[in-house]
Amino acid sequence: MEKFTVLNGLVAPLDRANVDTDAIIPKQFLKSIKRSGFGPNLFDAWRYKDAGEPGMDNARRPLNPDFVLNQPRYKGASILLARKNFGCGSSREHAPWALADYGFRALIAPSFADIFYNNCFKNGVLPIVLTEMSVDHLFNQVNAFPGYKLTIDLERQIVITSDGATPIAFDVDAHRKYCLLNGFDDIGLSLRQADKIRAFEARRRIEQPWLFG
Amino acid sequence: MPQTLYDKLWANHVVHVEDDGTALLYIDRHLLHEVTSPQAFEGLRLAGRKPWRIDSIVATADHNTPTTDWNEGIKDPISRLQVETLDANIREYGAKAYFPFLDRRQGIVHVVGPEQGATLPGMTVVCGDSHTSTHGAFACLSHGIGTSEVEHVLATQCLVQKKMQNMLVTVEGPLAPGVTAKDVALAIIGKIGTAGGTGCAVEFAGGSIRALSMEGRMTVCNMAIEAGARSGMVAVDDVTIAYLKGRPFAPTGENWNRAVAYWRTLASDAGAQFDRVVRLDASDIRPQVTWGTSPEMVVAVDGRVPDPDKEKDPTRREGIERALIYMDLKPNMRIEDIRLDKVFIGSCTNSRIEDLRAAAAMVRGKHVASSIRLALVVPGSGLVKAQAEREGLDRVFTESGFQWREPGCSMCLAMNADRLEPGERCASTSNRNFEGRQGAGGRTHLVSPEMAAAAAIAGHFVDVRNWK
Repeated sequence: MEKFTVLNGLVAPLDRANVDTDAIIPKQFLKSIKRSGFGPNLFDAWRYKDAGEPGMDNARRPLNPDFVLNQPRYKGASILLARKNFGCGSSREHAPWALADYGFRALIAPSFADIFYNNCFKNGVLPIVLTEMSVDHLFNQVNAFPGYKLTIDLERQIVITSDGATPIAFDVDAHRKYCLLNGFDDIGLSLRQADKIRAFEARRRIEQPWLFG
Repeated sequence: MPQTLYDKLWANHVVHVEDDGTALLYIDRHLLHEVTSPQAFEGLRLAGRKPWRIDSIVATADHNTPTTDWNEGIKDPISRLQVETLDANIREYGAKAYFPFLDRRQGIVHVVGPEQGATLPGMTVVCGDSHTSTHGAFACLSHGIGTSEVEHVLATQCLVQKKMQNMLVTVEGPLAPGVTAKDVALAIIGKIGTAGGTGCAVEFAGGSIRALSMEGRMTVCNMAIEAGARSGMVAVDDVTIAYLKGRPFAPTGENWNRAVAYWRTLASDAGAQFDRVVRLDASDIRPQVTWGTSPEMVVAVDGRVPDPDKEKDPTRREGIERALIYMDLKPNMRIEDIRLDKVFIGSCTNSRIEDLRAAAAMVRGKHVASSIRLALVVPGSGLVKAQAEREGLDRVFTESGFQWREPGCSMCLAMNADRLEPGERCASTSNRNFEGRQGAGGRTHLVSPEMAAAAAIAGHFVDVRNWK
């Protein structure tokens, strides 16, 4: 997994609540057996004017000019600013795969759906929860200033604006932070506890034998 | 100290805890399907790892499988490759049980697990599918997980998880005739919102929940994720135990007696503390219909489409306006005046035998309205289909003008050929009314099987409390 330390990036605003994983990556693209290549179909139904199917040449499809990510000022954005309950719906990890493949490394919203939030950390994408007020403020800033950038420092757990204002602090679990800062996948970390897992399992086989075999 | 059901299930599975509270939680049952597992097996292979305990794995193909012409196989080559990849992975690594495409026990993973007795009280159950919350109906701790977590569970038999908050949702009183588990679930979501249970494990309790069959409890727990809760659960009682007795993978003999004795302890203790409590009165719950593009956008069938001008919060108002445009509905129109193009009875929410019996009872001797282009019944599994056919339900449906299909996820998410065309409007017993969920540009109204069946006959929504 790619490390996440400090990110200085262009911010794109997606101003709607309850953005679901079907919107982030529609189901027809879930038939792939790969982890990569989902970026061109991120927000497919909103982004293009035609109906997207796997195998199409996305570069030749008609873009919806009204969709925010199609506006030239947000080209190359690596931070997505969103509204509450972002990523609700299905557990498809194709959603963070698509966001990461598109180029987003951090997401900022007042809240995220649980499974999606969890899936982001497994893919080097940092979801940051800020207050509604902070998020409102950032939306105003992004809309007012073309080229608006933020710096996100994971080690210090702060979002830094370029106007010299006090950095905005955010929470993140110590375990998730550790994995992200170092680019660790947690299977290796969990297997350090293999003896404990085996001991737990041995006890369970005696106490609840019907769960085995 | 008195414990909640969730506290007990959690404590019974913790293998290791980090300083920040992050725990390794032992997983008893790992359900697999074709969409979220190929990348996990690939990851395992690339890292040179093997599954930790294959006898925890129960697998089936459901999302991509066609519901017609099974003798012709899977025509879509991309779907076929995904299903064949699952076949190959199970062949290579093994499983306790695999119900592949064409097996008579194949079906939706959340229908197959419980009907096989592969879901047992006190288990931790995971699956790379958010509707894994369904299994909590058996007092399981169930988690919908992503593909990285599927790989993690395959490799370590554990899930990395922090303890969630305890939330209690009680529903008291008898449900009126025509009001079902689905209406209870939608009413709860309407009350607390699609993020109302975020960060929580939700226990459903109270007299109305106790009075539900296991099928009904599964419907309620299935929709917990639509309220934001990764896990929903119901305590064990006689209904749970009677359902499990004699199932293929349920314990037998002395193990059955030991298991039942343990299962009887799987309820919240008197005086257990919950972080959040929500109470509903069954007498307030009427048949529900969603009007928008989120399950929280729901009203009773005798209600009206909301008026955004009456909403003060700007983000919510924009949400309503956007949903009304997508759904092509006018503010204040009567729900019963909404006319449908298609009807879908199926999905992991409502495709079990009880759902099919209830829907069949509505349509017996009647005919689907001429304005309905397609009315589909998709049983949740091959065994549900066979049971329904023994009871003659297939003939009731086909004589009424419904199509009777092979089992699978079908038009709940339209990964196979069953889908809405742009602009089509559907009464659906599934769980999500998101934009494009049932097909690009399709418009979904979530309802109970009874409501969907009646709507198919009438061509528009009708209040099933007045159905004759």
